[in-house]
Amino acid sequence: MTAVKNFVAFLYDFVVGDDWRMSVAVILGLVATGLAVRSGLNLWWLLPLFVVAGLGISLRRVVRKNGET
Amino acid sequence: MNAGAWGLLLSSFLASAVETVEAFTIVLAVGITRGWKSTMLGVGAALCTLAVLVALLGPGLVAIPIDVLRLVVGALLLIFGLQWLRKAILRASGYKAMHDEVAIFAREAAEAREQPPTDRSAFDQYAFSLSFKGVFLEGLEVVFIVLTFGAIHGNIALAALGAVIAVALVVIVGLAVRAPLSKVPENTLKFTVGVMLTSFGIFWGAEGAGIVWPGNDLALLGIVVGTAVASLATAATMKRERDRGLAVAT
Repeated sequence: MTAVKNFVAFLYDFVVGDDWRMSVAVILGLVATGLAVRSGLNLWWLLPLFVVAGLGISLRRVVRKNGET
Repeated sequence: MNAGAWGLLLSSFLASAVETVEAFTIVLAVGITRGWKSTMLGVGAALCTLAVLVALLGPGLVAIPIDVLRLVVGALLLIFGLQWLRKAILRASGYKAMHDEVAIFAREAAEAREQPPTDRSAFDQYAFSLSFKGVFLEGLEVVFIVLTFGAIHGNIALAALGAVIAVALVVIVGLAVRAPLSKVPENTLKFTVGVMLTSFGIFWGAEGAGIVWPGNDLALLGIVVGTAVASLATAATMKRERDRGLAVAT
């Protein structure tokens, strides 16, 4: 059981890394883009927008945390 | 060779070079302090495990339909690339300590010296485990990048060639200087790789979701430039804010 737990923890750290919020932003961006395409809209800027937002939020959190200490 | 193939070769070369420098530092520290026999056994075991992974996953990836592959690989590259880019921006702006191979070498060597000594001709579990872990973990990132980039371009061999050249170059230079490769501009390379992984991730992920990019493949160039400019501007702004905060505090 410990080996499975360790493997899952390793996989999470390898793929998701330091901040899960960026991964959520990527998945939401891809889902939103896919839904737009299915509705007949070619919103190519939607995914980059989610990426910028996800990275921006993550960096902002570090800056804020740094300001508190 | 077209621009896409050069991009593929360059991306796998840069990513592999960065990871190899990091693995080399660990192996060097362990080898010098604990002896080379068990250390090299660890390196060999890690390389064999990575080779098995490539042999198992490579053919499977190529068999996946291209649109599904673009979506999945795009998402993974994007998540992975954003991690690299986030770290690179934090380092460039001073919020995270710069990656320092000399300091890492000193730390690894000190930790290795603290372990109980073994006869240099006998099997050293500590040296084996540490060199295996170092090479396997850094190598796993290389395998991931080589397989995903290679599979989408339908040319895993070319991506692997970029990785092999990088590994050979780093090892040759490393053996020649017999010291951690601190002169390699690792943080700049990580920034570049982060920009490339994120850009390719955006391009392929959106294509996999059904998007037709304006300008088709040329859009990739725009995404790379846009990502690089935005990242550099963000790092510069954060650095300015941090310096201002420090000036006020003192």
